[in-house]
Amino acid sequence: MIHQYKLNGYNIVLDVFSGSVHAVDDVAYDIISMFKDYNTENIIESITSKYPDVTDEDVKECVSDIKELEENGKLFTEDKYADLAFVFKKKNTVIKALCLHIAHTCNLNCEYCFASQGKYHGERALMSLEVGKRAIDFLIENSGTRRNLEVDFFGGEPLMNFEVVRGIVEYARSIEKEKGKNFRFTLTTNGVLVDDEVIDFANKECHNVVLSLDGRKEIHDNLRKTINGNGSYDIIVPKFQHFVERRGNKNYYIRGTFTHNNTDFTNDIFHMADLGFTELSMEPVVCAPDDPYALTEEDLPVLYEQYEILAKEMLKREKEGKPITFYHYMIDLTSGPCIYKRISGCGSGCEYFAVTPWGDLYPCHQFVGDENYLMGDIWKGIVNKEKQDEFKLCNAYARPECKDCWAKLFCSGGCAANAYHATGSINGIYEYGCKLFKKRIECAVMMQVDKSLNK
Amino acid sequence: MKRIQTIETRDLQKSTVEGGCGECQTSCQSACKTSCGVANQQCEKCLNEE
Repeated sequence: MIHQYKLNGYNIVLDVFSGSVHAVDDVAYDIISMFKDYNTENIIESITSKYPDVTDEDVKECVSDIKELEENGKLFTEDKYADLAFVFKKKNTVIKALCLHIAHTCNLNCEYCFASQGKYHGERALMSLEVGKRAIDFLIENSGTRRNLEVDFFGGEPLMNFEVVRGIVEYARSIEKEKGKNFRFTLTTNGVLVDDEVIDFANKECHNVVLSLDGRKEIHDNLRKTINGNGSYDIIVPKFQHFVERRGNKNYYIRGTFTHNNTDFTNDIFHMADLGFTELSMEPVVCAPDDPYALTEEDLPVLYEQYEILAKEMLKREKEGKPITFYHYMIDLTSGPCIYKRISGCGSGCEYFAVTPWGDLYPCHQFVGDENYLMGDIWKGIVNKEKQDEFKLCNAYARPECKDCWAKLFCSGGCAANAYHATGSINGIYEYGCKLFKKRIECAVMMQVDKSLNK
Repeated sequence: MKRIQTIETRDLQKSTVEGGCGECQTSCQSACKTSCGVANQQCEKCLNEE
């Protein structure tokens, strides 16, 4: 399968199953699109009538080049991975990542919060140190030979239970060497409780920090409000600037959410850059279709254009020596994921679980609070084997809608939680998300083509 | 090739043999938390080789 598209002056041909990317001229672009359905004589006739300067010999040479690429496994490569996806995931039984719900409570009252103001449709709760330590033991016990283990401190707002975060890290560090493990911690925070103590801790211990900011003050304050109903922008921005300044070269993301209210979201990304932040992420809101800020079908063309504006501006800024990173445009074509990663799905319910403050296990943070998806707990382990089997079968080849999709080895079948919320099944698809995802991948690959050709 | 420039990429077919160690980051952990993308994650093995 191939995918052809034109963007920012480039004609791009993706060979889906080899991962090859080709930048071609208009003539080759048209020849490739005809190659499988027409013979050489037909192609010559069509091309030479469309491009009067192109000779029969030119077309034959290009056809021969295409044949060579096909023989070398770089074009029209066949799909040999379908069986691999089910076999690989079935035999893979280790857990390597936990999302710890340190606090099911929050000091902000963000309107669009999927966790419904941090409570996940339940009671307010804080994780105890005892539960946190047991979660670390559970992860180690179930991680087999995996060395790198990820733990995300999530909420609600995890800094409302900071002492427990600190205690969990101290415990994990005290045993990781003897257990042959390497813990990578991430802290996701809204910033309200960030202070020097938190910054020192996070910069020493956390592999990554995710700092929530939606962009421009009026956009941020519109949905990210304090309990009193005031905007939180002025409280958190100076804290985040101080945090990032002291973070040095360690990973962080300023992570925003855009909604129907700011379909011109690139202005929010550029605002983040103006504030001095360079590692940026901006996600489309995930909510019920009748929420007032839900993205609409009419928004789609605007959003597509926004993603193109962002890609072009990022290339410009890079050439000017002031680059910014956008999470969804980070594609490493030479050292990116292997095929097993690409076909296995996101890992939820298999290698990744969310842990509630009281130690229950869910397939991921987005399922927490939905009792249908309670998988077990950190003492007894996974007891809901039926649900686990569903997740084991959930991969890039599980959904009929993905069969002919060129992007499936980039998304691995998409987000199970989004699919479930959109269709009632983890094996459905969240079509709106797919459309935006494909646009982002087209932009990201175009940027790599630009960088590669202008080295 | 006159009309086709091939960008350097990882050969996915070859990675059926060399890949699958599982040491890489879990897809939406530590980042977006609301969508799934695997393409923007780095291969841990390749990172170590670099």
